[in-house]
Amino acid sequence: MSQLSQRPEKPVVGIPLPHESASLHVTGGALYTDDLVQRTKDVLHAYPVQVAQAHGRITALRTGPALQVPGVVRVLTAADVPGVNDAGMKHDEPLFPDEVMFHGHAVAWVLGESLEAARLGAAAVEVELDELPSLITLQDAIAADSYHGATPLMVQGDVEAGFADATHVLTGEFQFSGQEHFYLETHAALAQIDENGQVFIQSSTQHPSETQEIVAHVLGVASHEVTVQCLRMGGGFGGKEMQPHGFAAIAALGAKLTGRPVRFRLNRTQDLTMSGKRHGFHSTWKVGFDADGRIQALDATLTADGGWSLDLSEPVLARALCHIDNTYWIPNARVAGRIAKTNTVSNTAFRGFGGPQGMLVIEDILGRAAPQLGLDPMELRERNFYQPGQGQTTPYGQPVPQAERISAVWQQVQREADVAVRQREIAVFNATHPNTKRALALTGIKFGISFNLTAFNQGGALVLIYKDGSVLINHGGTEMGQGLHTKMLQVAATTLGIPLQRVRLAPTRTDKVPNTSATAASSGADLNGGAIKHACDQLRERLLQVAATQLGAPASDVRITDGIARALGVDGELDWDTLVRTAYFQRVQLSAAGFYRTEGLYWDAQSFRGSPFKYFAYGAAAAEVEVDGFTGAYRTRRVDIVHDVGDSLSPMIDIGQIEGGFVQGAGWLTLEDLRWDVSDGPHRGRLLTQAASTYKLPSFSEMPEEFNVTLLENATEEGVVYGSKAVGEPPLMLAFSVREALRQAAAAFGPSGVSVELSSPATPEAVYWAIETARRADTAHNGAAAGRQSAGRGPRADTEELSSA
Amino acid sequence: MVRAQITVNGHVAPITPAAAHTTVLDFLRERGLTGTKEGCAEGECGACSVLVARPGVVKPTDWVAVNACLVPVAALDGQEVVTAEGLAAADESGAATVLHPVQEEMAVRGGSQCGYCTPGFICSMAAEYYRPDRCARPENDSADSADAEQGPNGFDLHSLSGNLCRCTGYRPIRDAAFAVGMPGGTDPLAQRREQPAPVPVATEYTQDDRVFLRRRTLAETLQVLRDRPDVVVVAGSTDWGVEVNIKSRRANCVIAVDRLPELRELRVDADYVEIGAALTLTEIERHLDGEVPLLTQLFPQFASRLIRNGATLGGNLGTGSPIGDSPPALLALEASVVLADTTGERVVPLADYFTGYRQTVRRQGELIRAVRIPRPLSPVVAFHKIAKRRFDDISSVAIAFALDVEGGIVRKARIGLGGVAATPVRAVRTEAALEGQDWTEETVRSVATVLSTEGTPMDDHRASAGYRSAMLGQSLLKLYAQTTEAVRS
Repeated sequence: MSQLSQRPEKPVVGIPLPHESASLHVTGGALYTDDLVQRTKDVLHAYPVQVAQAHGRITALRTGPALQVPGVVRVLTAADVPGVNDAGMKHDEPLFPDEVMFHGHAVAWVLGESLEAARLGAAAVEVELDELPSLITLQDAIAADSYHGATPLMVQGDVEAGFADATHVLTGEFQFSGQEHFYLETHAALAQIDENGQVFIQSSTQHPSETQEIVAHVLGVASHEVTVQCLRMGGGFGGKEMQPHGFAAIAALGAKLTGRPVRFRLNRTQDLTMSGKRHGFHSTWKVGFDADGRIQALDATLTADGGWSLDLSEPVLARALCHIDNTYWIPNARVAGRIAKTNTVSNTAFRGFGGPQGMLVIEDILGRAAPQLGLDPMELRERNFYQPGQGQTTPYGQPVPQAERISAVWQQVQREADVAVRQREIAVFNATHPNTKRALALTGIKFGISFNLTAFNQGGALVLIYKDGSVLINHGGTEMGQGLHTKMLQVAATTLGIPLQRVRLAPTRTDKVPNTSATAASSGADLNGGAIKHACDQLRERLLQVAATQLGAPASDVRITDGIARALGVDGELDWDTLVRTAYFQRVQLSAAGFYRTEGLYWDAQSFRGSPFKYFAYGAAAAEVEVDGFTGAYRTRRVDIVHDVGDSLSPMIDIGQIEGGFVQGAGWLTLEDLRWDVSDGPHRGRLLTQAASTYKLPSFSEMPEEFNVTLLENATEEGVVYGSKAVGEPPLMLAFSVREALRQAAAAFGPSGVSVELSSPATPEAVYWAIETARRADTAHNGAAAGRQSAGRGPRADTEELSSA
Repeated sequence: MVRAQITVNGHVAPITPAAAHTTVLDFLRERGLTGTKEGCAEGECGACSVLVARPGVVKPTDWVAVNACLVPVAALDGQEVVTAEGLAAADESGAATVLHPVQEEMAVRGGSQCGYCTPGFICSMAAEYYRPDRCARPENDSADSADAEQGPNGFDLHSLSGNLCRCTGYRPIRDAAFAVGMPGGTDPLAQRREQPAPVPVATEYTQDDRVFLRRRTLAETLQVLRDRPDVVVVAGSTDWGVEVNIKSRRANCVIAVDRLPELRELRVDADYVEIGAALTLTEIERHLDGEVPLLTQLFPQFASRLIRNGATLGGNLGTGSPIGDSPPALLALEASVVLADTTGERVVPLADYFTGYRQTVRRQGELIRAVRIPRPLSPVVAFHKIAKRRFDDISSVAIAFALDVEGGIVRKARIGLGGVAATPVRAVRTEAALEGQDWTEETVRSVATVLSTEGTPMDDHRASAGYRSAMLGQSLLKLYAQTTEAVRS
């Protein structure tokens, strides 16, 4: 067992603990970026000038009228930028654009003594446009051949030969929606200037180092003149990985120009209309199965809706391709990807980062194919699982370690959810209830852990021990509710061998740990935990030497447990505080920088092959739904999950991530419905669901009535901090089980063996149309025609053929 | 006039210099009480939930949770507010904070992740914790599936239906809610319930030439309505607050009517039930206690508890919205609206009240004083709300039925519809097609095709026109299935 994954005696990791800030959360004492405004004097408020047109070149921008509004201090425009007028890493996102690229694009910002003054000032700014044609939907972009960025192609085996060997060949098309992050805390930043003109920015950002980098290049200064701090975020989910930078740069620029603190906080509608979302995708596919339902070949094209700029669309697309296999062995595959350029917000990272989109395509294929192949969907899925020891690789060429866990979690969840018995009960229920149907579906996941871009797989930490024995840890990860800080405290206490309360954690700052990666890709605990452990290992080694001298034993015989140093075979003991104090007087360095990089990664983006992932996280879910045949409305009656987090660093935190990710995934797939004005009217391109009243998140009513989550036991992950696995993203995809259960319940209203197409999100209306289609299905013709389309939607799926080869 | 002031967490604070439109949320935050958060500024997410002391239904005072983002702070002149910060107490030495029982349960059970929604959940949860008629279920009570929404401690999960959490998936929050006990005898907020609620205070709060008014009597209020054509009338401000926050509307004069005694009566007479226009939905629900079964079905589907704690029937009818949830039910109940002005009162059948999109017969200077529901009530009733989310959503379509079925024949049918036209409407063609017919599947199937052609539904982001029409017809089939299943069982 590697040193990194090995736990010492009485580890603090593995103990279920609530969030380290729980008491501050419940009392309202926890501070978020915008709460700091009340504690800062003379703050100016920044308000965006948003243009209500989808596309057009700016011909005039008159700020004079705004300056006449009482309380308006300044209007920021491109002319004010001392450095580079660019807010992104791809240099395609001007901070102050000369071309409006989407409805709601901010073209200038007004600084006011009050938010009200800034708002009125923004309303007074006059913008004139030369209107240009706009592409709003994926169909618009595909029809116009409007793409940007990379066009990866992933190939494995011989696809044509695979289809030639197939007994059944199916083709189809599937388009599905994106998702709004809807972190409860909208984007916010507060910038201040110190006596040397250096900038200090408090930002709600998952990526402080990149926020720092963008601010520096907008201001035309070096990175060491900019410090970014993030106390905590009120949710991130990927939406604050790349998107906060430009906003922070506005605050920084305003502070630099006025010398006063500048604050911005988007209101909900601004956040919804200005910031990027999960990419919606379009896919066309052709799949071949052998007579037993085993996949022989897959040929697919995935088109991601990138929005107006690239942002993170390329790596999102790469991850989508890398997850189209999910848990299934696809011997011959050819999957092409491209990024549509549309006049909508620039879509970005969102929990799963393309992985969910790739996996949804294959799960949709299997859900539609099962009735056509005459197989139970559970059986079809199981037959296609990766098998251990067969030399199978993913379509990008990476072996699948622990492939046996795919079946292990699947079988365990079947047992724990009592699936066989409940399937029979459901059959009885459905036979006696013409207007209500139930269904139980299982789906599994395999999710690759590590950033596809190898360089991002590094983390840093700084651990300080003070003379009184108290410990302060800094690391490069940010806290957005996922419990990273809780885990890091547990890691530090475990490595040093001291009680948890001896360790405190300082807010994430770029002047403590430089060049950090985004807290993203589920990697926060792996990377920063590795770095903290590295720093604490160094400190412990030094202290063991001190203790060895004091106790009269070799250092290798000394252990520090629960804050007491003891040596094997020696009676004496030394408490932590004394040990630290002794070390200080012996002039032993009591601080250490830690560093971690993930070993063994390899990725060639050109050939789209390699081993980009350190390991895979596995899980399986069984979801039971009940659908009302009159309306399509439904309830989730019960969900059981078995999920692999390695050996959990913090079980309560991990279960919280699994449950929360699942419900968020269910929201994406069933409820959350982004709608744009796609008409040619005056509001073309406007987001119609731009408020909490129209964009609905899961609430209590969507929580599974019975919700059982089990962590896979004895799951030590070699080569990862204390044997754990990443948990942030993978559970989101367990929600495929809800979607598949809805599909099966809708099918139950029709003749047996009917294949049902289901729009995504599967709103009650979408389910209703699926039911109607199933009811009308001709039993002789196996395979339902395309369902009726809901309003404002492009075709979700068209012809599907069943051919025999 | 005494200056406007408010008691926050036991401390009296002047409302000045807040603007007349400043919300309780912004007022609290500007005073440094930043635990109360803005998540949506339209009463949908509950991150701003705070407790307000109101006249109680069972005890003299109730602790009621409301959305601080919607209520103008001037509306709480003389009132008492408690925030999440105010629920925790210092220990005897003052050194440490002692968490409130709901805070303790939320903290130890993992009820918070990012923590941003948490103070709002805490306040909503505390309101339910202090609800005087909450009582633990007997231990031998067999739990059925509906009790997923009702805890063994009597905690009604619907009290949290107006609070959104994006992180947890709600399971630990439910566990925390179902774990809280009963308030102890020395709990200061529990004791506070035994004393009368703060009385409404006549308010004339002016800032920057804009004024917020509250008069003591209906007569005085009607005079203001007569004299100031620009006045905006608010009760719980659940609609106007959205206009202020989202559409940046500002009024020169706002007048609050929610505490006028003349608008807060509920009478059950032999001929009709009269419901004061300024009673909140929550108060009506508690006072009626099942007296009007169709409304009993409506209440849990009307927005969220946080909104129902402020929203009134007067407001729901006053806005004239075609997608308000109460009009379809009130139309089916053949309700009338009692309109008052300085010259007197008139009674208008609700069926004649709506004249166009957000237009009604209510004249300038008139105020809705009450809603009258004639008795006896038709026995076969149903309220079907079609929406994306099961609770706290805006309806795509709402259908309310009130039928008299005697001897297997439909003697009378009243059907109210929302979301299918510029106004709430009665499905008069369907009513005519049903009346006098046998209450059979054959009739229902035939009449459902009539119902599905009522109104002129539109495509929008909530639903397609086709779905809306289909839901009209389906609702009659569903009603029939429900009544016949009820007969069978």
